[in-house]
Amino acid sequence: MKPFTFTLRQEPPQRVDLSALAPDRLAGKSVAQIEEIEIGVTRVSTKVGDLFKISAGDLKSVRYEGGSSRFDLLGAKLLPGFEIHVEGDVGAQCGRLAKGGKITVAGSAGPHAAAGNLGADIEIKGDAGDFLAGPLAGELAGMAGGRIIVRGKAGARAGDRLRRGIIVIEGDAAEDLGARVIAGTIFCLGESKGRVGYLNKRGSIVLARGGCFGSTYVDCGAHQLTFARLLARSLKDHSAPAAALLSRKLRRYGGDTAVYGKGEILTPD
Amino acid sequence: MPDIVRNGVTIDDNFAEAFPMSGTGILITAPNAKWARQAGLTMTGFATSVIGCGCEAGIDREVPPQETPDGRPGVRVLLFAMSSKDAEKQLVNRLGQCVLTCPGSAVYSTVAGEFEIKVGDAVRQFGDKWQMSKVVDGRRYWRVPVMDGEFFCEGKVGLTKKSVGGGNLLIMGADWDKTMHATEAAVSAIDGVADAIAPFPGGIVRSGSKVGSQYKGMSASTNDAYCPTLRGVTKSALDADIGCVLEIVIDGLTDNAVREAMRAGLRAIIEMGPEQGARRVGAGNYGGKLGPFHYHLKDLLP
Repeated sequence: MKPFTFTLRQEPPQRVDLSALAPDRLAGKSVAQIEEIEIGVTRVSTKVGDLFKISAGDLKSVRYEGGSSRFDLLGAKLLPGFEIHVEGDVGAQCGRLAKGGKITVAGSAGPHAAAGNLGADIEIKGDAGDFLAGPLAGELAGMAGGRIIVRGKAGARAGDRLRRGIIVIEGDAAEDLGARVIAGTIFCLGESKGRVGYLNKRGSIVLARGGCFGSTYVDCGAHQLTFARLLARSLKDHSAPAAALLSRKLRRYGGDTAVYGKGEILTPD
Repeated sequence: MPDIVRNGVTIDDNFAEAFPMSGTGILITAPNAKWARQAGLTMTGFATSVIGCGCEAGIDREVPPQETPDGRPGVRVLLFAMSSKDAEKQLVNRLGQCVLTCPGSAVYSTVAGEFEIKVGDAVRQFGDKWQMSKVVDGRRYWRVPVMDGEFFCEGKVGLTKKSVGGGNLLIMGADWDKTMHATEAAVSAIDGVADAIAPFPGGIVRSGSKVGSQYKGMSASTNDAYCPTLRGVTKSALDADIGCVLEIVIDGLTDNAVREAMRAGLRAIIEMGPEQGARRVGAGNYGGKLGPFHYHLKDLLP
């Protein structure tokens, strides 16, 4: 069936909050009613109809023709079974608190992509901003489920306070990758700089390129891990390079022993 | 009763009477097939009958590497008990003592049932807080550090109450060798049927039992009607041409698995014929009033 399409008419005059356009919330509404939804975040009104030309279709598959770095909260609270594709960029907090479903962004994403994600499968073909899958100010944990794959680079503090789920960064990661990780798995297939896995409690950080992780990470030898074989099979269709990395013999650095110390950094031997 | 003869083998107009059981199972993988099989064999040892062993268990089949979640060779083990509580207790104990201890092993759920048993969630504590959890595609796994690396175990495995235990075939032949020849052929045919196991040694039991005993307090005793050495002195079910009787007991995850296993076994026996194999095939029951599942041999003929 034809997807439900929002075609961008013009660059938004202000940041817009797209959480009101979650597909399940649009069910039962007419195109005219949807066009009246207020998505501006200032005192100046911006309605859906001002920005988008709507072509009704199957809400299970929503498509944005054209994106913008002002598209905040796209796919927020998405439910399982729904799919959103954006032919362009998105702003902050893409996939925020999503319970399931699938989000594909052909461009880049702003900060806090996948913040609080609980089960959605998110793919960003461009770059991701700072705090990828990280918590908002005041939150105790970041992403708590699902999977996010960034084909490009990720900003600083990617995977901050990750609670559960899988993050794959196929490009480089900026400073402090996997800081304060609680649990879960992070891959970085490019360069990573700064303190990797700073205060990591029991998460796994898999790096294609090793380095010095500081004195609080302790070498535990190189091993063929059964869990890596299973994870590689699960990731094969989503990120072939991450799957290939897991198929290799991996050196395990246990840490961060400055805290709980039950986590690990894995790098090819 | 009018008996049916197929390829010279007499088929009794009789039926096997079977009972509902709780069934569960795991897929065990290892770095090579030898050690996967070893884990399966150890785990299913002393699991012939629920009466004395607490459960009935066996290897359903060997699983090639391309079909296992981690790409290593594996075996699928099925375990049956009279209640879900017994099945859980037996599975967790056997997993902890026989599979966790077996070098290189990893455990995955392989039965889709209405209930779940927490296995990894129990065995993980062996890790003494060094265990790590990983959720992959919505399923939780535990990585427990052990002396050869890591024991990798799924958190929960499925359990179904729709299993059936007690399907059986009584294979009767002229002597031990011929009867065994036919019975072995039947067991290997049953091995090829998915979701069904024959829990006795090599799939075969020679000491079939009847309900009750002349001794007080013994609930079961030798099935004298089928003992060839008692043919003259008891109310025997055997004619003069039968010198040996062997039985195959079958447990399956579903009613249909038991039926198909019995059908496969029966076909193998009939194809062999009486010259090399069995002269007669029967089935055991308790009059039909105790167990809800009845498998009539005449319905299973090839």
